[in-house]
Amino acid sequence: MSDTKKLAIIATKGTLDWAYPPFILGSTAAALGYDVQIFFTFYGLQLLRKKLKLQVSPLGNPGMPMPMPVPVLIQALPGMQSIMTSMMKSKMKSKGVASVEELRGLCLEADVKMIACQMTVDLFEFNTKEFIDGIEYGGAATFFEFAGESDICLYI
Amino acid sequence: MSEFHQELDASGLNCPLPILRAKKAIGTLEAGQVLKIIATDPGSVKDFDAFAKQTGNELLSSTEEGGKYIFFIKKKS
Repeated sequence: MSDTKKLAIIATKGTLDWAYPPFILGSTAAALGYDVQIFFTFYGLQLLRKKLKLQVSPLGNPGMPMPMPVPVLIQALPGMQSIMTSMMKSKMKSKGVASVEELRGLCLEADVKMIACQMTVDLFEFNTKEFIDGIEYGGAATFFEFAGESDICLYI
Repeated sequence: MSEFHQELDASGLNCPLPILRAKKAIGTLEAGQVLKIIATDPGSVKDFDAFAKQTGNELLSSTEEGGKYIFFIKKKS
C-alpha cells in the first residue's frame, strides 16, 4: 500500500452553511496530497444535485449571527428562509468565500471520490438523473472499505 | 526576494481558495521553479506555512506589505 494519507468524510446535512465543511476539507486535503472520499447520506444527498437548491435557516439556530435581533416567531414567517439565504450568499460573495458549486467542482477536479448512500437515495426516492456525474452508489460496507484505512474520519 | 516563474494573485479570495489556486499553479511549474502568491486573507499566513510543510514544497519567504501577504514557494524536486 502507498503511504498516501486518507481522509474519509460522512456528509449528512443539506443546508447551505453545512455544505461547506465537507467540500472545503475535501478539496484542501486533496490539495495537500490526501486521498479523499465523501459519503453522502440522508440530507447530505442534496449536495450532489446538479442544480443545488441549498438554503439556510435561522430557525432552531440561535448561533446564527443576525444583523438585528429577530424573534423566533418572525423567523418562521413565509419568505424568511429565502431572505436569509440570499443575505448569506451575498455576504459570502462579498467576503471572497467560494460558492458551494465551485468548491464541489474543485473536489471533483482533484479526484475526490463521492459516494451516494444507496439506501437513502431509495428512501427519499431521489432521481439519480438529478445528481452530478462521476459519483458512485454504495452502502455502509462500501464506506468502511475506505474509512477503515483512513487517517482521518469525519462525520459532518 | 524577486525571482519567480509565475505569479498568482489571490487577493480578495478566502480560505481555502488561495491554497487551492496555489496548488493548481504549482502543478504547472517545473521542479525547482518558484511561484509568487499575493493574498489578502490573513489566515493564509499560517495556511501557506502548513501547505508547504505538508506538500514538501519549500516556502522561501512569507511577508506582509500594506495589507497584502506575499509568499514565494519553490516546487519540490
